[in-house]
Amino acid sequence: MERAAGIYLDYAASTPLDARVLEAMTPYFLRDFANPSSGHRPGRAAARAIDDARATIAGLLNCQPQEIIFTSGGTESDNLALRGAAWRAKQLGLPARIITTPVEHSAVLQTAQQLRERMNFELTLLPVNRAGQVEADALEAASAGGAAIVSVIYANNELGSLNDLPTLAGIARERGILFHSDAVQAGGQLALDVQALGLDMLSLAAHKFYGPKGVGFLFARDGLELAPAQTGGGQEKGRRAGTVNTPLIVGMATALALAHQELPQRRAHLQTLREQLIEGVLRQVPGTELTGAREQRLPAHASFIVDGLDANRILMHLDMQGIAASSGSACSTGDPSPSAILLAAGYSREQALSSLRFSLGMHSSAAQVDRVVAVLAASVRKLRQLQALPA
Amino acid sequence: MTRVVVAMSGGVDSSVAAALLVDAGYDVLGMMMRLWSDDAAGGAQHNRCCQPAQMQDARRIADQLGIPFYVLDSQAVFRRTVVQAFIDVHRAGATPNPCLTCNRQIRFDWLLRNALALDADYLATGHYARISHDDSGAYLLRRGLDRHKDQSYVLSVMNQWQLERVLFPIGELPKSHVRELAAKYGLDLAGKKDSQDLCFLGGQDYRAFLRRHAADVLQPGPIVSVQGETLGKHTGLANYTIGQRKGLGISANTALYVVDMVHDSNTLVLGRRDELGSRRMRVCDAHWVSGKPPLPAFRAEVQIRYRARSQPAAVELRPGGELCVRFDEAQQGITPGQAAVLYQGDVCLGGGIIAKS
Repeated sequence: MERAAGIYLDYAASTPLDARVLEAMTPYFLRDFANPSSGHRPGRAAARAIDDARATIAGLLNCQPQEIIFTSGGTESDNLALRGAAWRAKQLGLPARIITTPVEHSAVLQTAQQLRERMNFELTLLPVNRAGQVEADALEAASAGGAAIVSVIYANNELGSLNDLPTLAGIARERGILFHSDAVQAGGQLALDVQALGLDMLSLAAHKFYGPKGVGFLFARDGLELAPAQTGGGQEKGRRAGTVNTPLIVGMATALALAHQELPQRRAHLQTLREQLIEGVLRQVPGTELTGAREQRLPAHASFIVDGLDANRILMHLDMQGIAASSGSACSTGDPSPSAILLAAGYSREQALSSLRFSLGMHSSAAQVDRVVAVLAASVRKLRQLQALPA
Repeated sequence: MTRVVVAMSGGVDSSVAAALLVDAGYDVLGMMMRLWSDDAAGGAQHNRCCQPAQMQDARRIADQLGIPFYVLDSQAVFRRTVVQAFIDVHRAGATPNPCLTCNRQIRFDWLLRNALALDADYLATGHYARISHDDSGAYLLRRGLDRHKDQSYVLSVMNQWQLERVLFPIGELPKSHVRELAAKYGLDLAGKKDSQDLCFLGGQDYRAFLRRHAADVLQPGPIVSVQGETLGKHTGLANYTIGQRKGLGISANTALYVVDMVHDSNTLVLGRRDELGSRRMRVCDAHWVSGKPPLPAFRAEVQIRYRARSQPAAVELRPGGELCVRFDEAQQGITPGQAAVLYQGDVCLGGGIIAKS
């Protein structure tokens, strides 16, 4: 067995920087490095770049520039959204309740749990279907008594399923409840028109769409008084203190603009490969089942459970053959916990330990997908033979 | 290119084994098993063989050697085999040696098969033992060259199929040389001292473990002398070992030792020191490294504990995989449940489990 040139199918974990993005960022490390808050000429040059980036992103999201708050990434954006909404509810005397789902990223879930434990918020986790999606009825029922915030993930990181945000956000709006969505996985793959989606808040991170790590933003509808994520020098209109990171923000805006320019082509490319991958795996690897929605899913995302096998050992086999993929129960210490997302979606513990995720990218090819399917089939066959032997 | 999986522990022996194989040009990858551990006392106690620090050490060394490193979740299979056997043997009133069970069912079976499934040609470990051929091409298991470190006792469960697929890269070396090699390769090793506790007890005493997992094993019963005189009450046979003198709760004029445990009547038998030894023992479940016994009757050196010296004896085969072993001199501490391992010179013939007399 040869160690083939690497195949990376974990773009949902992170993407490489687009060379064009790096080029756009470089001057802000070297030439226009000044602090955008400084009033002098170099500072003003940096501030202009920030203004441009904010305007670019606002244009892409169909919102106002002042509605974009730059952060360090998805986690911080989610924290600001939930904690900000919780403070706001306390101030305005709104019901101390947070409504979210059990299939959120831990940035949302852990923050919601902290608010329950430390600030006595009531936490309602909406039921989800086997694809990890929230049904409208469930939100209708749960939100009747009002809440500080409803937060529903747009595209699930493990299952790839999309939530029907316009419908869900509409229900929250009727009841005067803020609606937030963690759209980190959707960034660069789906159009993010916040008006069409009906959102009050949305989180995004640049490294999921060929931008740099360590930068993201929260869209927060104008007039929304959010308690700041961190206090200090009053940057981002007092909502997020700390020196504004010019090169990363420029990189993010460039990456998002490129993604939207090229969206139709990228989407077609990804969806074609995704279908090839799903059909290949289901046909050639016995005992596999697609997880997540078949239609309402991210163009680049394919996820499976593999009957009776521990995902970490499959990942080891793939890694030895140069294939990088992931699992909801990925663990480097040999003590995997079953994926909480799969458990919440109704899968058994054993199934939740057997989940695999392949996420495609701009640089993925049909030949790579063919090889991944073949290697996966061979690895699973070997592991099953091993399993079948008496212990 | 020949691929070798090295079972890495983060310690000096397996690290040097990996370094030697990399140096020799093999396609090497490291693996560590995450073994089951009792979560006694509420804390998440790790198995002694795969604590986070050791895992980190092994990962760092693999990185330094430029080889992949993976940790395999082996908890379920380890619990089902090794830990269950430990409980079962205690339940049957004997004293188990889980390391042999682990080598037979986990390391040189489950792990070996996982290595082979990854297209490895060999599994290597950092054991002090040697593998060679005899004239007919059969594999021989021999003691490690460093007799103080020799681990062939716990490897005596191996068979030809396994020996063909296993490497012991440091078996030919003295420990001092292994340490020098670690320095030569620049391996950054913490130099932890080995613990003698069973790896899965999570820091607790094995008696406490049995109380938690097999409370039925610990039934109080009578203590009697060799002559049949009742001396007191014991707290459960598994709490005692053959040869034990302290902690018996008996006051007598002469020093008394545990000389026997009678499982059927749940009786602990005490005797004087001279009543402890025996020249004869019965061994069951005989296993031969070569696949077959050497002769119906033969002489061998027999080792009755991991750290005991082997003693000359006459061995006779009995039906049903049983052996009758007659030592030239009486031996103390013949403990049912422990392995009796047979040698001729430095060749390990195999062994079996010491049965009740």
